Amino acid sequence: MAEWMNISTLKETISGSSAAEITASYLETIGKSGINGYTYVFDGALERAKSIDKDGHGGMLAGVPIAIKDSISTKGMPTTCGSKILEGYVAPYDAHVIERLKVAGAVILGKTNMDEFAMGTSTESSAYGTTLNPWDPKRVPGGSSGGSAAVVAAGETPLSLGSDTGGSVRCPAAFCGVVGFKPSYGAVSRYGLVSYANSLEQIGPIATSVEDIAVLMDVIGGYDSRDSTSIDKEIRYQDALVDDVAGLNIGVPTEYFGEGIDAGVEKSVWDAIHMYEDMGATWTQVSMPHTKYALAAYYVIAMSEASSNLARFDGTRYGPRVDGENWHVMASRTRASCFGKEVQRRILLGTYALSAGYHDKYYLKALKVRTLVKQDFDRALSQVDVLMAPTMPTPAFKIGEKIDDPLSLYLSDVNTVPINLAGVPSISVPCGQVDGLPVGLQIIGKHFDDSTLIRSAFAFETNTDHHTMRPAEVV
Amino acid sequence: MITKDEVEHVGWLARIEIDSADAEGYATKLNSVLEYFGQLDEVDTDGVAPTYHVADIMNVFRDDVVTDSLEQKDVLTNTDSEQDGYIKAPRIM
Repeated sequence: MAEWMNISTLKETISGSSAAEITASYLETIGKSGINGYTYVFDGALERAKSIDKDGHGGMLAGVPIAIKDSISTKGMPTTCGSKILEGYVAPYDAHVIERLKVAGAVILGKTNMDEFAMGTSTESSAYGTTLNPWDPKRVPGGSSGGSAAVVAAGETPLSLGSDTGGSVRCPAAFCGVVGFKPSYGAVSRYGLVSYANSLEQIGPIATSVEDIAVLMDVIGGYDSRDSTSIDKEIRYQDALVDDVAGLNIGVPTEYFGEGIDAGVEKSVWDAIHMYEDMGATWTQVSMPHTKYALAAYYVIAMSEASSNLARFDGTRYGPRVDGENWHVMASRTRASCFGKEVQRRILLGTYALSAGYHDKYYLKALKVRTLVKQDFDRALSQVDVLMAPTMPTPAFKIGEKIDDPLSLYLSDVNTVPINLAGVPSISVPCGQVDGLPVGLQIIGKHFDDSTLIRSAFAFETNTDHHTMRPAEVV
Repeated sequence: MITKDEVEHVGWLARIEIDSADAEGYATKLNSVLEYFGQLDEVDTDGVAPTYHVADIMNVFRDDVVTDSLEQKDVLTNTDSEQDGYIKAPRIM
């Protein structure tokens, strides 16, 4: 039977029995899984756990299993990014976060499914099949880190890593009823993360509690010279695990409760805000007038950066190659046959937005709108400590419902993408349910004030039991 | 509005071969997104500077010290087209 276990329980269990036993039990659960959350299960996981048992359980995550999104390079394991164009590619080096996890003694269980190159909100664009939502297999788990959130919710790992370019950690965390955190831009090294839109994305943890998120952040966070956007400022996440929000000033942005929001989601989020009031916080409505333009600006920027970043996948150095009479034809055919339709669309749009005659109209314009969106955050967060809003405007939608209409899928990112444009930290925590489907409360903080955000989320978790709700098959 | 011919041209710029028969379908889907992007024209951005990224850092340098890098043999494990330590590719010109 699949089970939710947090890090402190796991460490107790491991010291009483062994890391090997824990890893074996997770591998057994994964073996029986029907949700297609993993793209690869590491056959050396048990050996790794045994060697940790032999060396002693010293590290912060000694013997604790973790699953890794398939866009994060993990030496000796496939890194496909959910794409056929990286079929057969095995990463020859570890990402910074993987190095940190290994030093801390974590046991990597495998790689998790994702929308192809993280371009999606549902994990349906993966070349390796859709991941099912553990709460309802007819529904999407969210995306793009859908595999990472689904395997945590299904009890197939206690922890996972995802990456968040426009909500890709927070969205699946909300849809799967778990906690997902996007750190401040620059707080976690992107070295070894396959880039989609590098000015927007951060690696972020997914777990069943805020406490576990803080432990994991203390392991993976911090400066790394190999990422030129890494910021040398220390955040001590576990020190922020304090159950105290007395005097906390909450801003509620009107624009995040706009058109298309599900009434049940809206109610759950307001109930949560009123709960904060009972805990001694105060709230006030704030306005962020450029929110309505954030989505368009986000997609122009993300697609433009993607068109450049994904140029490296050309059939030359790795992955499949489709023959052609010269390099250009070979590359063009390889990319046409091995990239999925959504990735092709985004590369084409990004190329168009950067091409002569359109650069100023689309790309430069979007960068200026980004400035205005960021100023909205600066202004709002100068008046309040944190912002609160729904993570997603609706609960998880049905598989197949939106995949043929790219624009309708993009619109579901309306509450998550502005955060990436501004680079501020944001966390999604479970705050209720609508018709048996989880709802996520999004808490947004100031850049590099991740501590206030973690404290706010921890206090909510300590005083409510939404985070203990789990899918039917999980105990 | 992006035309069928423009789709094929952008496909060439992006090195994605687009079959003439598919170009029309691409144009329709791309145009619905471009139309949505058009709303950015409503925003007054006169005098607003662009934000390329949010971290307040510029020109990150490191000391010129030689450090270890990946072994050539490790990098070449991912290709079937290796010859004498190089990767073979079709002619460019």
